Amino acid sequence: MNNICLKSIDKDNPSSLATYEEMGGYKVWHKILHGELSPEKILEELKISGLRGRGGAGFPTGLKWSFMPRNQEGQKYVVCNSDEGEPGTCHDRDILRFNPHSVIEGMAIAGYVMNATVGYNYIRGEFMEPYYRFEEALKEAYDTGLLGTNINGSKVCFDLYSHLGAGAYICGEETALLESLEGKKGQPRFKPPFPANVGLYGKPTTINNTESFASVPEILSRGGQWFADLGVVNSGGTKCFSVTGNVKNPANFEIPMGTPFSDLLKLAGGLRKGRTLKGVIPGGSSTPLIPAAKAMKMTMDYDSIEKAGSMLGAGSVIVMDDTTCMVKALTRLAHFYYDESCGQCTPCREGTGWMYRVLKRIMDGQGKSEDLNLLLSVQDKIIGNTICALGDAAAMPVESFITHFREEFEYYIKHGKSMVESDG
Amino acid sequence: MISDEAKKEIDIWVAKYPEGRQSSAVMQALTIVQKENGGSLNNELKQAVADYLEMPTISVQEVATFYENYNNKPVGKNVIRFCHNISCMLNGSDELISYLEEKLDVKTGEISKDGLVSVKRVECLGACVGGPMCQIGDQYYENLTKKRIDEILDGLK
Repeated sequence: MNNICLKSIDKDNPSSLATYEEMGGYKVWHKILHGELSPEKILEELKISGLRGRGGAGFPTGLKWSFMPRNQEGQKYVVCNSDEGEPGTCHDRDILRFNPHSVIEGMAIAGYVMNATVGYNYIRGEFMEPYYRFEEALKEAYDTGLLGTNINGSKVCFDLYSHLGAGAYICGEETALLESLEGKKGQPRFKPPFPANVGLYGKPTTINNTESFASVPEILSRGGQWFADLGVVNSGGTKCFSVTGNVKNPANFEIPMGTPFSDLLKLAGGLRKGRTLKGVIPGGSSTPLIPAAKAMKMTMDYDSIEKAGSMLGAGSVIVMDDTTCMVKALTRLAHFYYDESCGQCTPCREGTGWMYRVLKRIMDGQGKSEDLNLLLSVQDKIIGNTICALGDAAAMPVESFITHFREEFEYYIKHGKSMVESDG
Repeated sequence: MISDEAKKEIDIWVAKYPEGRQSSAVMQALTIVQKENGGSLNNELKQAVADYLEMPTISVQEVATFYENYNNKPVGKNVIRFCHNISCMLNGSDELISYLEEKLDVKTGEISKDGLVSVKRVECLGACVGGPMCQIGDQYYENLTKKRIDEILDGLK
């Protein structure tokens, strides 16, 4: 456990350059600076590793990097998405706090592969402790001549800067992030063109998540096949999971893909005494809820979670026991999307408000018998009809909560109170 | 309007972006001037940021009203931003927010009578394994209990 991105977590002074180098850090970067590792070889290893975007979409990282027009003249950019804000997710925060050099090295390698000489790490505005740790690490990297122009006479150039957000969930969407980085409202762009062609300041840009970048140095150091073998088919390697909610010891765990959910639950101390499992949101609030029986049979990898009816997403496992009122839980999620919709697309801007208001009405004891069908109809009109995935993310939990716990919603509408006694 | 010190700080951010792209620094510029102005922004400050970064005023206004962390109305000396999202909720954040409101005699969104504290309910702050949690200034406070909240409030000046 905790062998790659979180491997320094129990060490003294985990975020320091000395600790990182002790663990074999910057070995790959030095190889690159000595001209011993070609971009083609790196892409090949990444493809073999099976590394998929850890931010939620799960797009193969090696393939993404290969889309960049590396030989095109002009400035190109590498951007790290550290705008971690998916409810239930907090492992990128720990990577930035405890292993910031892995992100720096991963980004520098990406810059070299894609011929991008400038990188930005977009850190959410509230993450001040992670920001300071990252800044300290950046200073160490510059002071020891690991970054900059013509690094150690290698002709390799890479400058890296951090950027701070100011509180907007939508900026985790890559094109909204680019808008924000340019100093605008974070409203997603139409795709195509994709950022690999028209990205930051209109230049070719590749955006990856913090955990994705942090995984790269270790993969290249130990080989793509080594990483792939840690996981299962279609889900190579390990992944960080945040386990939160009704468990004894909520925490982050970096474990092999394909680990049974029941084992992960045990790692988090299991359920509290006398409680039974009700449902699990496996990949952050934007992924559909899975009822207990199915969850106990799934393994933590892309395919198994999909088969169970949800998505691995950002690896944010929200555990709900029998004290959870599903009406209240869904209302809280609906409020979140209503609050965070950027307002650009009508189905999302209006639909998230409708869903929240209808759920609020049910919670206030004013629900009507037709409300559940109204909710399902609104969510159906959002899905697939917006520029970015926030609309789908807002809609999918509604469908899954009502499908799996319909009787609880019907009870609330009929009696004006929750079926779950301790949580009215 | 913007102090020399704040300008120096803003310049550090401007230097991170390519020439002519100083508007990339607008978010930090607003954060910096907000801090200097007791935690909130007004039209004069937004105008000053627009002038300093050579941006249209409306663009600064858009940013200042889009992002959650800018306060376009006065706030208490300390802003307690309490997460009420799912992971924190499952571990009792609602009860703690009510406790805080009662203890301070404020509702979320309001400023305490002595001007020392305002309380905001906010969405996920990305520290879910430590929920219930809140943010005051740059600091996160995790695994909150009533007792811990009492201690934190006692420490606020």
